[in-house]
Amino acid sequence: MRYIPTSPSERRALLASLGLERVETLFDSIPEKFRLRAPLRLPPAMAEADLVAHLRKMAEQNLDPHTASIFLGAGAYRHFAPAVVDHILSRAEFYSSYTPYQPEFSQGTLQTIFEFQTMICQLAGLDAANASLYDGASALAEGVLLAHRAKRRNRVTIAGHVHPEYLAVTRTLTSTLGVRLESVPAGADGAVDRDRLQRSLGPDTAAVVVQQPSFLGRIEEIGPIAEAAHAAGALCIVAVTEAVSMGLLKAPGDLGADVVLGEAQSFGVPLSFGGPYLGFMAVRSEWVRELPGRLVGQAKDASGRLGYVLTLATREQHIRRERATSNICTNEGLMMLAATVFMATLGKQGMRELALQNRARAEYARNLLGQIPGCRVPHAGPVFNEFVLELPGAAAPVHRRLLDQGVVAGLPLERYFPERGRELLICVTEVHGKAAIEQLAASLKEVL
Amino acid sequence: MSSPRIPAKRREGLLFEKSVSGKRGADVARWDGPDAPPLDARLTRAEIPGFPELSEREIARHFTRLSKLNYANDDGLYPLGSCTMKYNPKVNEKVARLEGFAEAHPLLPEEASQGCLQVMADLEKYLCEITGMSAFTLQPAAGAQGEFTGIRMVRAYHEQRGDPRQVVLIPDSAHGTNPASAHLCGYRVEEIASDERGCVSLKELKERLREDVAVLMLTNPNTLGVFEREIGEICDAVHAVGALVYLDGANLNAFVGVARPGDMGVDVMHSNLHKTFSTPHGGGGPGSGPVGVKEILSPYLPVPRVVRAEAGWRFSSEFPSSIGKVHGFIGNFGMHVRAAAYILANGAAGLKEIAETAVLNANYLRRKLEGTYHLPYSSPSLHEVILSDKNLERFGVRTLDVAKRLMDYGFHPPTIYFPLIVKGALMIEPTESESIEELDAFVDAMLAIAREAEEDPELLHAAPHSTPVGRLDEASAARRPVLRWRGGE
Repeated sequence: MRYIPTSPSERRALLASLGLERVETLFDSIPEKFRLRAPLRLPPAMAEADLVAHLRKMAEQNLDPHTASIFLGAGAYRHFAPAVVDHILSRAEFYSSYTPYQPEFSQGTLQTIFEFQTMICQLAGLDAANASLYDGASALAEGVLLAHRAKRRNRVTIAGHVHPEYLAVTRTLTSTLGVRLESVPAGADGAVDRDRLQRSLGPDTAAVVVQQPSFLGRIEEIGPIAEAAHAAGALCIVAVTEAVSMGLLKAPGDLGADVVLGEAQSFGVPLSFGGPYLGFMAVRSEWVRELPGRLVGQAKDASGRLGYVLTLATREQHIRRERATSNICTNEGLMMLAATVFMATLGKQGMRELALQNRARAEYARNLLGQIPGCRVPHAGPVFNEFVLELPGAAAPVHRRLLDQGVVAGLPLERYFPERGRELLICVTEVHGKAAIEQLAASLKEVL
Repeated sequence: MSSPRIPAKRREGLLFEKSVSGKRGADVARWDGPDAPPLDARLTRAEIPGFPELSEREIARHFTRLSKLNYANDDGLYPLGSCTMKYNPKVNEKVARLEGFAEAHPLLPEEASQGCLQVMADLEKYLCEITGMSAFTLQPAAGAQGEFTGIRMVRAYHEQRGDPRQVVLIPDSAHGTNPASAHLCGYRVEEIASDERGCVSLKELKERLREDVAVLMLTNPNTLGVFEREIGEICDAVHAVGALVYLDGANLNAFVGVARPGDMGVDVMHSNLHKTFSTPHGGGGPGSGPVGVKEILSPYLPVPRVVRAEAGWRFSSEFPSSIGKVHGFIGNFGMHVRAAAYILANGAAGLKEIAETAVLNANYLRRKLEGTYHLPYSSPSLHEVILSDKNLERFGVRTLDVAKRLMDYGFHPPTIYFPLIVKGALMIEPTESESIEELDAFVDAMLAIAREAEEDPELLHAAPHSTPVGRLDEASAARRPVLRWRGGE
């Protein structure tokens, strides 16, 4: 096997040094009756060239991302990543190392995490962020669990439109601990209905969860929602699926959010059919010891040199076992690196410009598509880079007809909401030029 | 924040310290359409305070310099026990980046993502064959999430029979994630003490098995690298009280292609693609922790599942007993591609050779080091060997000193102070990826350190001496945590 550096004669020498003749003897502790007598039924080993050809053929069975025009978002976003991101990601010093348990040998990873934590805090307007979580959906589950622990209360209010996948994951991960999720539907304008929210809060509410921008793209007003949560003695959790929005929108922490969490896939992480992505979580300083997952802090050595270490590990499962804040062991280190390089490369100006552009293109598209006869934009309020388009009839067949022309006209909302059979959730980012947007409008007009 | 001048190794400053107002590292694609109508000022901010401003040139250099402060698997032996730091084949990185995969949106219509569905279907099939389980979910993003998924399914299974039960039995040598995952599923954890062999005592297990036990979580080979040879009897005893057996498959590398957990009576297990199946550890993730089940648990698998369609494959969520979702979309697909590539590169014979070589290497290290280093359990080792600092105690030298000194010899230390049942444990897992030369160099270093412990213990207490920073004071770092840069804001 080409990945194994032991020659047949070296293997014999190793065996001889152990006084063994047959390698099978090494497995004597596995009862004979459980030993495989025949080889596993797997495809025959492939040479590298054949392997690449085999997988390339599979990759080509997917829609060609270059010739197709794809307007999908809904928690996974198409953005351009500067070449420097994947270049750094490809350094074996980063991808073939492991968790920085030994700080003196892992300063590269540790300092990167410290920089990541800092930038996430700057975006969120909060004091501390962890080294990353699996993805946005499980980050929300962890945030809900944090509120449940911190407040010792069992009810969590979901305000307005929060990503259905996030809610599904949160239900799975919290239901066995007695957490109850309760939804407060959005108002007629598509935004959080503050009066209904107010009425839903009570003495056993641990947290209010709001998504910014909402699952349907709407930019929410966080301030009053956070006030309502605090008045009920609950935490305000802001979930973000489109991290690019934080380059333009006011930091949720500055508006009263206690926890800001979500998905940072937009920051240089490939779509890759849904993963690996990058969950993140930031909190106010009073909740630092309730944070799940890894944290990096500053430290000094004996001669006063500055370095970075994993810290506050007593929160974690390898020390606290069943009393840990979470069962998380790994984070998403490599995706965290991608996001750190991406954020640093875009920088202060680029992050803002990118956000402004996403919004400009989406507003342009919303305007254009909304003017197609029979089509309607149900909510007029401000959106970031996604919006709902209502068609004159069922959306699914229209969506299918456009797919035949190589256009993916967003997401038929029926997938998550059976009652929204006529609606599409359209996403436009900086990868969509004016011509592509106009072509989408023309194609849609034609198939209607 | 000022830092002392370091003549030998210049400290690489933080992005924020290097930042200069007005610099930029990227331009955004041109937009020749109209601007959006302005937003209410209450909703927006003019800038992100403290955010860095650098050129692309400086970014590339910064992260290149940072990378060189890491020791990585491609530098040399990385013998972290329980982590299976094997070689990450380069072709895996190439195939995962094929545009058809890398740019596939998870919500594409199924006819537009048949290639991805095929990779998933194939990988599920391979994993079933390798482990002897009936069905797999690829959704969990890591081993711990796999554990949660598996135990959550166990709970659903018992609930459907009218009683979720209350207790999860876990040996005291288990990974910390086991009790944490069980707790997250609403269970109470009871520990089983290991016997003098370092294994689960069948006698004690039988005494502890009652009608309120939901599941036994077993790691096999366990964290001492010892195979629980009574696994057949253990599974029978657990099943006899209506409970199930969960296998923590972190150590599957030890017997891949040699034997299968599914044939031993295991009902549910996870496998770590970032261990046995070579996907890169990435400085701490991403991982992937697919979970395999026997037929009795398949109704509870997370959704969506990949099922046959009229042409090709489709996703189905029509499984009313499913525990739901544990991860957004379908999990870490990029890791699925890499693992599938690895299995295809190896074939059946290659996988068996992996286990054989991994076990051979671990036993070679054990033979060379035992005696000089204390061997707390003499049971036969499979893929890893656990030593301790007992022989060095009289010189005042501890495991931590040995670990730190190893860096001066150019090796990453093993896992230390785990499993908890061994005082001052050194947990060494060479994997199949190391040549005899590398193993010998490691042995020489370990033996030299043992000599130094006797002759010059101070040298060890102050180690490491040759790393970018010296031994860092983790205790005071935790007392007054500095978790982000605050200067200049």
